Amino acid sequence: MRLSLDAITLRAGGRLLFAPLSLTVTPGQPTTLMGPSGSGKSSLLAYICGTLAPGLHGAGIVRLDSQEITRLAPERRSVGILFQDDLLFPHLSVGANLGFGLKPGPGRRARIEAALVEAELPGLGDRDPASLSGGQRARISLMRCLLSEPRALLLDEPFSRLDAHLRQRFRRFVFDHAAARNLPVLLVTHDAGDAEAAGGPVQILLSPPAS
Amino acid sequence: MPKALPTALAAGVVALPVLGGLLGTILPAFGILPALGGHHFSLDPWRALLAQPGLGVSVWLSVSTGLAATLISGASVALFCAAFHGTRGFRLAQAAIAPLLATPHVAIAIGLLAIAAPSGLVARAIAPLAGWSTPPDVASVNDAAGISLVLGLVLKEAPYLLLMTLAALNQIPAMRLMAMARSLGQPAPVAFLKIVFPLVYRQIRLPVLAVLAYAMSVVDVAILLGPERRPPLAVLVVRWFFDPDLSKTFPAAAAACLVLICTAAALLIWYAAERALGPLQRFWAASGGRSGAMAIRLGGLALAILLALATLSLAAAAIWSVAGPWRFPNLLPIRFGLASWTAQQASLAAPFRTTLATALAATALALVFSVAALEAVARHGRAARQGLLAFTLLPLLVPQASFLFGVQVALLSLDLDGGWAALIWAHLVFVLPYVLLSLTAPYVALDPRLAHTAACLGASPFRILITVKLPILLRPLLSATAVGVAVSAGQYLATLFAGGGRMATLATEAVTLASGGDRRVMGVFAVAQSLLPIVFFAAALLLPRLVWRRRAALA
Amino acid sequence: MNVSRRHLGLLATALASPARADASDWPAVEARARGQSVAFNAWAGDEKTNAFITWAAERVRASYDVELRHVRLRDTSEAVTRVVAERSAGRDTNGAVDLIWLNGPNFLALKQQGFLLRFADTLPNFALVDTAGKPATVTDFTIPVDGLAAPWRMAQIVFIHDSARVPLPPRSMKAMLDFAATHRGRLAHPTARNFLGATFLKQALYELTPDRSVLRSPADDSAFVTATAPLWTWYDALRPHLWRQGTQFPEGGPATRNLLNDGEIDLMISFNPSEAALAITSGLLPPTVRSYVLDGGTIGNASFVAIPGNAAQPGAACVVANFLLSPEAQARAQNPAILGATTVLDLQKLTVADRRRFEDLPRGPGMLTNAELGHTLAEPHPSWMTRIVAEWDRRTSAA
Repeated sequence: MRLSLDAITLRAGGRLLFAPLSLTVTPGQPTTLMGPSGSGKSSLLAYICGTLAPGLHGAGIVRLDSQEITRLAPERRSVGILFQDDLLFPHLSVGANLGFGLKPGPGRRARIEAALVEAELPGLGDRDPASLSGGQRARISLMRCLLSEPRALLLDEPFSRLDAHLRQRFRRFVFDHAAARNLPVLLVTHDAGDAEAAGGPVQILLSPPAS
Repeated sequence: MPKALPTALAAGVVALPVLGGLLGTILPAFGILPALGGHHFSLDPWRALLAQPGLGVSVWLSVSTGLAATLISGASVALFCAAFHGTRGFRLAQAAIAPLLATPHVAIAIGLLAIAAPSGLVARAIAPLAGWSTPPDVASVNDAAGISLVLGLVLKEAPYLLLMTLAALNQIPAMRLMAMARSLGQPAPVAFLKIVFPLVYRQIRLPVLAVLAYAMSVVDVAILLGPERRPPLAVLVVRWFFDPDLSKTFPAAAAACLVLICTAAALLIWYAAERALGPLQRFWAASGGRSGAMAIRLGGLALAILLALATLSLAAAAIWSVAGPWRFPNLLPIRFGLASWTAQQASLAAPFRTTLATALAATALALVFSVAALEAVARHGRAARQGLLAFTLLPLLVPQASFLFGVQVALLSLDLDGGWAALIWAHLVFVLPYVLLSLTAPYVALDPRLAHTAACLGASPFRILITVKLPILLRPLLSATAVGVAVSAGQYLATLFAGGGRMATLATEAVTLASGGDRRVMGVFAVAQSLLPIVFFAAALLLPRLVWRRRAALA
Repeated sequence: MNVSRRHLGLLATALASPARADASDWPAVEARARGQSVAFNAWAGDEKTNAFITWAAERVRASYDVELRHVRLRDTSEAVTRVVAERSAGRDTNGAVDLIWLNGPNFLALKQQGFLLRFADTLPNFALVDTAGKPATVTDFTIPVDGLAAPWRMAQIVFIHDSARVPLPPRSMKAMLDFAATHRGRLAHPTARNFLGATFLKQALYELTPDRSVLRSPADDSAFVTATAPLWTWYDALRPHLWRQGTQFPEGGPATRNLLNDGEIDLMISFNPSEAALAITSGLLPPTVRSYVLDGGTIGNASFVAIPGNAAQPGAACVVANFLLSPEAQARAQNPAILGATTVLDLQKLTVADRRRFEDLPRGPGMLTNAELGHTLAEPHPSWMTRIVAEWDRRTSAA
């Protein structure tokens, strides 16, 4: 599975946010995009997901392997994303959060239980997400994403809110799981430590050419 | 579905009756109403209107009471917040306004009558000291200058503006601004008026103007508390419209137009005052002067007194509803009992059902329209929101009496008056803006990344709405429901005009009975009318805690 | 509006011959009425009357399976407006109003427009009405009723005073002025926009006008000026001495009664000779109040119910009107503990059992005997009321 971006541009009211971007992400080679705040990193990920904010206009083609997904509805793109915050749904239990993206079918319960074990929270499916620690919530958030069987994983600075010790562990947790599932990973960050931990190529998001 | 459809629908549902109704009022004002034989443009309606004795007094009364009620409500709230922001009294006031917000205007007005009339509780309390055996011949209510009318309006509008101010304070860094100003040597009350108030006012400006437009054209409260001779203009409109001499319809339409003109004039006066006072406020803020704290604290007490009086009014209405014989100057009834309630059981049942059904239907529709419109706005950006708000807020700024008139004429010619559809739509026109207003902020505040996350987990927009957004928004949705029910339960004029005489709600029955009837019965209807919204407000407070008792982030 | 007047005039001519309700086959009328709903538009300012209507609703539901809905009015003109507006908009059937409680100008307005159904004289119980002894049952405010409305209660003006404060009340309208001058602010009459307030002025007109006979005919401009000149002289002298210096007026009878109960005033006008007795028992007036009539007699009239020609359920409305005329309903209405409204029936025409219903009625405290009620004055032509109200409105709005 490969995620490839072809000549992506984003405009806000006619202003180009960054120079046209093309790159290809392969599994096992998490790609890091770096750039200052406001350079359009998060919006780029939103464009890939299909959730670009109104007022922004994007162009360029996104492919998963040979399939173009740019015109698909967000829910049909099979692109998973983790944000700075865990964004667990506050009204659902931990287990229901995990099951949110999991297709109905036999073995559902078992897969949720297994995910809880992987997240080091065995048997805690009934818990209120608000009762978990930051690290636990972050792990549930990743497991929820993986259970929806994405074909690519986007990371929008998901490590920046965690303290130094947790950050280390969670980075490993994320990259190990992604590698185990053979997922292409695209990470945006302004933390050099993230890029280093990712261990793949690093690309700097360039300012648009002066017109 | 075209992008703008939900927004256009919501706006149309509200704007169509307002604009169409206005047209239906303006045409007869110039002689055109084919159903009554008016086929040609004519200024006769205006001549007939201007020939009415005492018209000038009525116009003056409308403008003066409208401006005074708005000014006193706004100023008392501003001074109160300045004096007590961040104190215990401030939090106490927040709790005190909940039942007042739920209570319809008419119920408060009935309660105020029971307190302030010459034979009311105040006079009864003074009587032993003053040696009165009969009530004084003083127009302490229904006075010609409209003072009691202004008071009755303020009792209801001040809590509303306080609520809007509280919401506005949550949207600005009030605490930090206050701390900064105080560290620069400004006493807290002065600092509030200098620094925080201008930011708050910008946010509550629309509600303030809505209060002004409402107070200018209110009919139910004016019937209860205003003068019978030379009443406010809006009362005259209704009086003439229901005159059996149908030729009065034409000057009534002209009078309805005059209400619109007067409201526009009052809004202009308010705008001019804003323009004039703005630079003065900035000059004062920049002057570095520190005096005035004491005066502001004193002024801040006014709202505390008003809230107490409003609460007391509610209590007085409730006491009357269970009072046995209670003659002047006895401070309390000889005995209490449920006799009035039992006697009214039969008369309460049907209007109660109509009130409940209309309130639920109009509120449910308003919720659906609001959510659909806000969803569309969330997908299509701010520009759509501005357009949506502008149209849906029309009924709050255009005086009711000026367009409901035309709505009734239209309903009658379409053979639609007096049916459920007409009644519910008429209520929806007023319910939708308030429901939309109370949902907009929570909807906008909802983290869009929650929806994005859900979408990336494979959920369709509809599933996201039903399983993610609406459950998380349960509390604001229930609050909006309570607001909708309260607005609907309080609709007098809309029910009167759209109900075609077949539909009676607790609001219309209360005003009908309140034209001087037995105070015990008035008390029963005032309490009955308040009960419904109060139950919904209580549910809005308690249900989320119950439903989300195991979800710390939402409970 | 000249245009509209002409339009309405044409309309009136077109409809001048009133529609008739065919009540000759009464059992069929009753059978057709089953399951129907009647919108009874009735002034709702009096709790006793409201309670009576509620009782009547229960009875017609039980006996005839007719749903009687009381559409509560602040003023009868609301229902008249609705009927006229419906007809102007071309709604000639399925109107919102099935039955109206009315008399006087409201009756005349609808009669003149031809908007009323002729039904009353075909009701079975109409045969029991005392049309000879109580001519007001067939002539309303000098206007022949012509079967366009069924009478259901008699009314006569009385005054109610608090005997504890005013042992010797004024017994003429002229004396009323002296009373007011010496008891400043202690007399109030309802706003003349209300029928009771208008009747206060008509009562004074009867006493003060030089030639009463003109009141039988429609009031034209010159007759009105001549006949009412002494009334306005009297009223201008009276007004400053009234409650609130005559600048504000109570909304209607019940509001005025509240003022008497609270002790704000000492004297009030009423259209129900039993009102004082009723109000004493329900605690709405102190036990010391008494009723009396003026020495020269007081105005009396009958209340009617009428059915608009475009009523949705005219048949069921007939059933209700007939029930209101039944000895059972009439006796209950006359019970001073219930409503105290004098019956429109001729007791001699009733069966012995039915007559007993009336003979067994209790007498309330302070009630007047028929002899004490004296002779009633017939209502003037409705145009007098209309003009007096307009003139009063002009005078009290201007100053």
